[in-house]
Amino acid sequence: MASPAAPATRKDTWKDKLRRSLRGEGGVVGQERWLGVLLILPALILLTAFFLVPLVMVGWMSLHNWPLLGRPRFIGLRNYATMLTDTSFWHALWFSAKYTIVVTIAIFAVAFPLAFFVERPRPFVGFFRTAFFLPVVLGLGSASLLWVWLSNVDFGLFSPALMKLGLIDRPVSWLMQPTSAFISIIVMVVWKASGTSIVLLLTGLQAIPPELKEAASIDGARGWQRFRYITFPLIRRTFALALILSVTHSVLAFDQFYIITAGGPDNSMLSAVYWIMNTSFVSFKLGYGAALSIALLAILVVLSIVQLYLLRTKEGQ
Amino acid sequence: MAASRRSPFALDFAQQCLGFVIAALFLAPLAWTALSSLKPAAEAALPPLPPWPSRITYETYQSLDGFGSGLVTHTANSLFVALGTVGLSGIVSLLAGYGFSRFHFPLKNVIFVLIISTMMIPYQSLLTPLFLILSWIGLSNSLVGLVLVYATLQLPFSVFMMRNAFEAVPREIDEAARIDGCGGVRILTRIMLPLVAPGIITVSIFAFLASWNEFLAALILLTDNKLFTLPILVTAVRSGQFGTVDWGAVQAGVTLMMMPCLLLFLLLQRYYMRGLTAGAVK
Repeated sequence: MASPAAPATRKDTWKDKLRRSLRGEGGVVGQERWLGVLLILPALILLTAFFLVPLVMVGWMSLHNWPLLGRPRFIGLRNYATMLTDTSFWHALWFSAKYTIVVTIAIFAVAFPLAFFVERPRPFVGFFRTAFFLPVVLGLGSASLLWVWLSNVDFGLFSPALMKLGLIDRPVSWLMQPTSAFISIIVMVVWKASGTSIVLLLTGLQAIPPELKEAASIDGARGWQRFRYITFPLIRRTFALALILSVTHSVLAFDQFYIITAGGPDNSMLSAVYWIMNTSFVSFKLGYGAALSIALLAILVVLSIVQLYLLRTKEGQ
Repeated sequence: MAASRRSPFALDFAQQCLGFVIAALFLAPLAWTALSSLKPAAEAALPPLPPWPSRITYETYQSLDGFGSGLVTHTANSLFVALGTVGLSGIVSLLAGYGFSRFHFPLKNVIFVLIISTMMIPYQSLLTPLFLILSWIGLSNSLVGLVLVYATLQLPFSVFMMRNAFEAVPREIDEAARIDGCGGVRILTRIMLPLVAPGIITVSIFAFLASWNEFLAALILLTDNKLFTLPILVTAVRSGQFGTVDWGAVQAGVTLMMMPCLLLFLLLQRYYMRGLTAGAVK
């Protein structure tokens, strides 16, 4: 079709793509076009019923005074106004932020060295990889329940084990004081979740062409320099992905606080999701809970956009 | 110069030893729980050193069986939810993956991006409306309702994985089949199914682990004791909702919950890793 005289084929703009997509062009055999729609229909129905409708509803509910029983009453933006002065919610958000920062730094402090450790070919490397990863496949619920037992002052493992090592001289009830309970939960999450980051960083490290490392070492790059100028720029993408996963999970943390300390000594460990659940399903203020959900959702979307932007800048490298 | 960068033997050995110590730290809590669950009930409330039981018994499992509606019921609940989620999300994403990979229809790319972008929205923020929707359609406090919710939550990831699986199959294969007179559906069932089996396995593992382990939605959406899944049952035992806190029963419950996950992972590691790293590579 392209005659020699025709101008050089222009690259499709997004408008062309959208136009063609709208017309459903370029399909297989014409009469089978409906089959494509039919094939994705079940997915679309499920997603609409249990994702899109709830998403719209949560916005709608947030504009109401919505008790569990009784008639919802439209109150406009009043829930959002209440939120601004709700110190409990801000405390919960602050706690989630603090937890996210601490746990993410802790996970990377553990995952980075271990990823380098299992990247080098060495005896038993397969065993090491599996061992570091295994706790990831447990549920957070199982891991939390396990931790409650291990931290127990009377018959848990940590007190006698640390006493045997001479690090403490009498049993400690880890979960009774805010600080030690917080540390205990951080240790649990690092133990359970580091494996994901290790594997992701490992994938990134393995994708670096060996010639590049050789060239760098011939040029005399050593330790930190090699990491700073060669390794890190090349794994920034996987690093960012591991970061996104860790941050998102931590912002939404709930199970560990609910199971391990039920909100913590003196309510010191009510995370944002915990507070939303309490508002909706303990105080039965569904409308206000919905408004809090919207706030959390907005925070996460902003975080995702920031992180996607970080991911995008990596593309050119 | 290359020789100077090679670690001396002693350093290698030290690193290797350190590796084993760290590996032991990662594995110890799992091993400790599994071993403790086999101790006689009286030993469950004693300090867990040494870790091995003086004699192997199933007393902790028997006492766990005494809570709620019994171990068989609650394990069956968990299995129903997990296998239901695997089946439903597997079939739905298989069809959708085929549709997105091989057919063209209006708004195709828009819909695909829409499905994938729901991954950014946390289901934790949607639980209140989900609770209401399920009660409107008469599926509140039911395992089927939970399956529908879990399957939906798995969809973005599953559809993405299945589309990639279909994209990896050369188009010449469909074309050949078409020339031989196969229609779209027959191509899927006769020719594609075995070729995308690895994708199906990956999607199934993730669906199983996620739904077997899920806690928050089950906690909110199930109110009937009889319907509790294992994580909810064991949490109830631990918090003393059935009267006494029986730590032996908690150890048995944790062991029961983690074993399928560990086995599934050890058997199908390859497929799990494929799913985990798909995002990193792509």
